[in-house]
Amino acid sequence: MTVMTARQVETTEATKGGAPELIKAVPVRHPGRWVAAAIILILAALAIQSLATNPRFGWGTVAAYIMDVNVVRGVGWTLLLTVLSMLLAIILAIVLAFMRQSDNPILRWSSWFWVWFFRGTPIYTQLIFWGLVTVLYPSISLGIPFGPQLATYILSDPSKGFVPAVLGLGLNESAYLAEIFRAGLKSVDKGQVEAAEALGMRGTKIMWRIVLPQAMRVIVPPTGNETIGMLKTTSLVLAVPFTLDLTFVTNALANRTYQPIPLLIVAAAWYLLVTSILMVGQHYIEKYYGRGVDNLVAAATVNPAAAKAAAAGTAAGSDTGTGNTIPGGPTTAGPTIEESGR
Amino acid sequence: MSASAQTTPNNQPLAAASSLQGAKDLVRIEGVHKYFGEHHVLRGIDMTVKQGEVSVLIGPSGSGKSTLLRCVNHLETISAGRIWVKDELIGYREKGGKLHELHVKEIAQQRRNIGMVFQRFNLFGHKTALENVMEAPVQVKGQDKGAARRRALELLDRVGLSDRAKHYPAQLSGGQQQRVAIARALAMDPELMLFDEPTSALDPELVGDVLNVMKDLAKSGMTMVVVTHEIGFAREVGDTLTFMDGGVVVESGNPREVIANAQQERTRSFLSKVL
Repeated sequence: MTVMTARQVETTEATKGGAPELIKAVPVRHPGRWVAAAIILILAALAIQSLATNPRFGWGTVAAYIMDVNVVRGVGWTLLLTVLSMLLAIILAIVLAFMRQSDNPILRWSSWFWVWFFRGTPIYTQLIFWGLVTVLYPSISLGIPFGPQLATYILSDPSKGFVPAVLGLGLNESAYLAEIFRAGLKSVDKGQVEAAEALGMRGTKIMWRIVLPQAMRVIVPPTGNETIGMLKTTSLVLAVPFTLDLTFVTNALANRTYQPIPLLIVAAAWYLLVTSILMVGQHYIEKYYGRGVDNLVAAATVNPAAAKAAAAGTAAGSDTGTGNTIPGGPTTAGPTIEESGR
Repeated sequence: MSASAQTTPNNQPLAAASSLQGAKDLVRIEGVHKYFGEHHVLRGIDMTVKQGEVSVLIGPSGSGKSTLLRCVNHLETISAGRIWVKDELIGYREKGGKLHELHVKEIAQQRRNIGMVFQRFNLFGHKTALENVMEAPVQVKGQDKGAARRRALELLDRVGLSDRAKHYPAQLSGGQQQRVAIARALAMDPELMLFDEPTSALDPELVGDVLNVMKDLAKSGMTMVVVTHEIGFAREVGDTLTFMDGGVVVESGNPREVIANAQQERTRSFLSKVL
C-alpha cells in the first residue's frame, strides 16, 4: 500500500515538474517534390496559355451554348437515363445476387446465365437490339397468357426510344452490378447469418435486415463507380436510336455550326459537373452504410476505460463488471438477474 | 478411441445434482453421429440435460463438443441419431417410420426457444447494442417496438451495459460484446441457452465479467449447455461436467468429482493440462 502511494506521488510530481521535452528533429528533405512541382507548374502554365490564346477553342461559342435550351434538356435526359437505368439495374442485381445464393438450383443457374449473357455481349449491340425489338414486337401487351389483353404499349412509336434505351442500359448494367452485389454479400461474415438463424430469423429477412445492410459498405463504392460510368455510357443510346441525350445534342449542334471543339467542351463540362455532384452523393451514402464500422471515434476512448473498470470490478469481487464504476450507469447488475429470473 | 466409446462409464450424470432430482429432461441426445464428408466428428453421443441444469462440455479442440452444441439448434444437421428439445424432435418430423426434413419456417420456430452465444460474439455490426437486442423480438416475434426497447434496456441493465446501449459493437470491448450477445439471446425468452466457448476469444481480464453474467443466469434457473475451457466455471456453477474426446463422451458426472477424481486416464491427462 505504502509502495503504491509513493509511486503515485512520484508520477504526479513527474508530470507536475513540467511537460517532457518534445522532440524537434530536423525533417527529411524532399527535393524531388520541389522539382516535380516546378515541372508540373510549367506544364500547367503552358496548357492554360494555350487554352486562353488559341482562338480555335472557341470560348465564345462555349459560353453561347453552355446554357443552350437543347443542351440543358440534353443534360436532363442524360440524367434521367442514368438514374432510371441504374435503378432498374440495382433492383435486378439484388434479385440476381439473392438468386445466386439461393438453395434453389434453378434460380442459381438462371442468375448465372443472365450474367453470362448480358456481360458477354457488347452494350452497343444490346442497345441496337433493343431498338430493333420494335421490329420483332411492335407492341407489348399486358394480359393473361393466351387470354385477353389488359393493356397495350406501342413500342414502334419513334418517340419511345427512351424505354428501349433504359432497358438496354439497365439490363446490361444489372449483370455487372450482380457480380458487385454477390461479392458484397459474400464479404459479410457467415457468423452474422448463423446468429440471425439462431434467433429464429429466416432467409429473406436475414438477407434484407442483416446481410445486405452490411454488404452495402462493400457494394456502394464500386456501384458509385458504375453510376458514373453509366452517365457516360448513356452517350451510346444513339444506337437505339434515342436522340435527346447530351452527347447527341452537342454533336448535332457541332455538325450544324461546324464548331466541334467548343461543343465537345460544353459536353465535357456538363459531364464533369454531374459526375462531381454524383461523387458528393456517393460520399454521403458511403457514410450512411459505414455506420458501426467507419468513423467510430469513440471506440478508442471507450475501450481502455471499460477494460480498466472491468478489471477493477473483477478485482473487487463485484457481481458484474463495469456498471458500478461508470457514473450514471446502473449499480450492480447481479441482483436484477435473480429478481427477474424464473 | 472408438474402444473408449464402448467402455464409456455412464455415470448417470444427473444423479449427483441433488437440486435437479425429479426435474424433467429438457434436452435428450440419443446416438448422435455427425460426418463432415469422410470425417467422423461425432461417434454416437448420448446425453440428457434436465430442466434448470447447467451442463458443461469440455474436451480438446476437435473433440466434437462445439459440433454437438450446434446440432442442438440445428445449425448443423446430424447424420444419425435423434435430438429432442422439450420432447420435440429437432430438425425432423417422424412420420410412418420415416424422417421428414422440417421446413425452414418450422426450424426457425424451434430455434426461438433456444438461445445461442457464439465464440466470436457475432453481434450485428451495423446495429447498436440496443438494436441488436431488439432485433429478434421485433422481427421474429412481432413484438411492439416500445415494449421491445424497454425489455432490451432491462436486459442490457442485467448484463451491466445499460450505459452502452447506443454503442456499436466495434465500440465495445470483447467482454462487453459478449454480454450484449447474451442479452440478445435472452431477449427471445429461451428455455435453453447454448454457449459455444463464450470466453475463448476474450482478453483474460475480460473473461470474469462474462462468466459472472453466466453465473447469475445459472442461478436464475436457466438451463444451459456450455462448451468451455473454464474449468473453474464448471466446478463452481456446473451441475454436470462432460469430457469429450474424438467424438465420444469419455466421462461425465458431477464436476467436482470428475475434476478431483476422474475415472478415465484420458480425462486425467486432459485436466492436468488445463487446470
